[in-house]
Amino acid sequence: MTRVVIVEDLLLLRDGLTRLFAANGFEVVAAVDSAPAFLEAVDELEPDVAIVDVRLPPTFSDEGLRAAIEARSRRPGLPVLILSQYVEQLYARELLSDGAGGVGYLLKERVGDLREFVEAVQRVADGGTAMDPEVIAQILSRRSQDTPLAELTPREREVLALMAEGRTNAAIGRHLFITEKAVSKHIASVFAKLGLPPSDDDHRRVLAVLAYLNARV
Amino acid sequence: MNAGSRQTQSRRVQAQRLMRLTGRFTVVLLTGAGTAALAWVVLLALILAVFPASIFTLGLAIVAVLVWLVRPLARLERCRVRWATGTATTESYAPLTGPLSARVRAVLTDPATWRDLAWLVLHMLVGVLGFLCLTLMAAGILNLLQPLLYAVTSGHTHVTFGFQVTSMARALISVPLGAALIIAGWWASRGVAAASVRLSAWLLAPSREAELEARVAQLTETRTETVDARAAELRRIERDLHDGTQARLVSLAISLGMAEEEIDRDPEAARRLIEEARATTGSALAELRSVVRGIYPPVLSERGLPAAIEALALSCAVPVDVDIALTERLPAPLESALYFMVAETLTNITRHSGATRAAVCLSRDDGLLRLVVRDDGRGGADPTRGSGLRGIERRLAAFDGHLSVTSPPGGPTELVAVLPFTS
Repeated sequence: MTRVVIVEDLLLLRDGLTRLFAANGFEVVAAVDSAPAFLEAVDELEPDVAIVDVRLPPTFSDEGLRAAIEARSRRPGLPVLILSQYVEQLYARELLSDGAGGVGYLLKERVGDLREFVEAVQRVADGGTAMDPEVIAQILSRRSQDTPLAELTPREREVLALMAEGRTNAAIGRHLFITEKAVSKHIASVFAKLGLPPSDDDHRRVLAVLAYLNARV
Repeated sequence: MNAGSRQTQSRRVQAQRLMRLTGRFTVVLLTGAGTAALAWVVLLALILAVFPASIFTLGLAIVAVLVWLVRPLARLERCRVRWATGTATTESYAPLTGPLSARVRAVLTDPATWRDLAWLVLHMLVGVLGFLCLTLMAAGILNLLQPLLYAVTSGHTHVTFGFQVTSMARALISVPLGAALIIAGWWASRGVAAASVRLSAWLLAPSREAELEARVAQLTETRTETVDARAAELRRIERDLHDGTQARLVSLAISLGMAEEEIDRDPEAARRLIEEARATTGSALAELRSVVRGIYPPVLSERGLPAAIEALALSCAVPVDVDIALTERLPAPLESALYFMVAETLTNITRHSGATRAAVCLSRDDGLLRLVVRDDGRGGADPTRGSGLRGIERRLAAFDGHLSVTSPPGGPTELVAVLPFTS
């Protein structure tokens, strides 16, 4: 059973999340309300995945994010899913910058679509990524000219965006009405254009997403 | 009422006015003589201060006289000017801080110091003129009394104002002369008194430059405060939305999502979840309403300040009397500032004062808006301690208004906000 730590300062949401996970076959090993309590829980309970609110006391700025980065430096590769009322590309990039994967960054409202949310948590726990479509939209709204992304075809970009959301090849294929084989071909082309070294596919996916997040105007 | 009696009445009013003016003028004249006499003393002190030996003690002594004698005298004269003209003359000296040498330099380089000195000398000279006028009147009185004096001293010869009284006839001639002297002295002294007041008002007021500097400094300060207040306000609103409405909507999403999952498996559980969701919608809406009220109260935008204050009074736990003499709408930012001042104050009254009754009065006259909030509670409100009162002060400062708080221990408490306003 996947063991979850929840870090959320608002009681209402902490309870809601706890119920949600309990109802969907996760084991909530701790539900805490502050960054220090979270780091302690990570050290002692060794959870499989942490669900962290960006904003935590005392300053209610980005303590959650910083605590997550700290937790991942203590336990490299610790899967972390950040929940927030709004998303910032900058934050997503910081989270992924160690290139280790197992990172999710979702708007809190995604919690409402239970099945997708649970899938996303599971994917992150398994070392994948789950970027919010909103983050992807932020990047798409920019005109990237001088980045490797500029060389991608529109279709390759679509594939990369869906990959960043954390979808599997099969899911991407379904979404774009193309075959899984065609998806693999596009992905291989993306990897090549981004100059990613040959390594296992999962790691390359993370790096591709990171390159995507790093895209500047 | 007929025309005649109206005329008598207006004559009576005129006479009263004249007496008032005469009384006022006499006081202005006499106090002017007083400050002029003191000006002589101070100038003497200044001259004496030049005597100490070294340059350093010389400077120090002069500065001491300037600060401890000239300035208080100037302050006294400003009071006189205010009393005579009804308009306040503000003082603006450079602040005296830091080591002694810095203070000495501050005094000596302050243009206000030199204006003070110029005033001291000129006021003294005007004082001499005033003294001459008084002498003229005194001589006139003496002339008026000559026949009496001549009779009492049984024919002794007197010398009065360049003319010898050697007979009753001559004594009688001196009477109209005396009257003429008194009238002349009176008119001259009027001019001198008016001139002295005008002179003081001109020299003792801050120079145009100093006035503008002070205004710029004040505007800079209030602008910073306004910007800070605005930022704090936005942060509060963001926090309210984040912790309140947004959180409730997320929780709503969770409940509905879970209900969706359960609906086939366990319809009863799903129904409970949906019920929960509905309750959450209600509280989310309530929170959103209170946030909106905190930004710009709907009743204020719909009905204006008087109704909005009525609404506040109605929802206040303490009975509040409302008296608003205001017929037109004020500019929105001003309405909002006054509204929040009333809201904040009524909250304070409910929470801390233990009052059984409160009153809110808003009036407008002479280009000033006056908002008074009063309660019969236990008093002891301290504007330097409560952040609420500080907040009100900051809001008002943005409109050049200021807040005064009277709240002795044991009460009652009265807050008065005065803002300049011309429609």
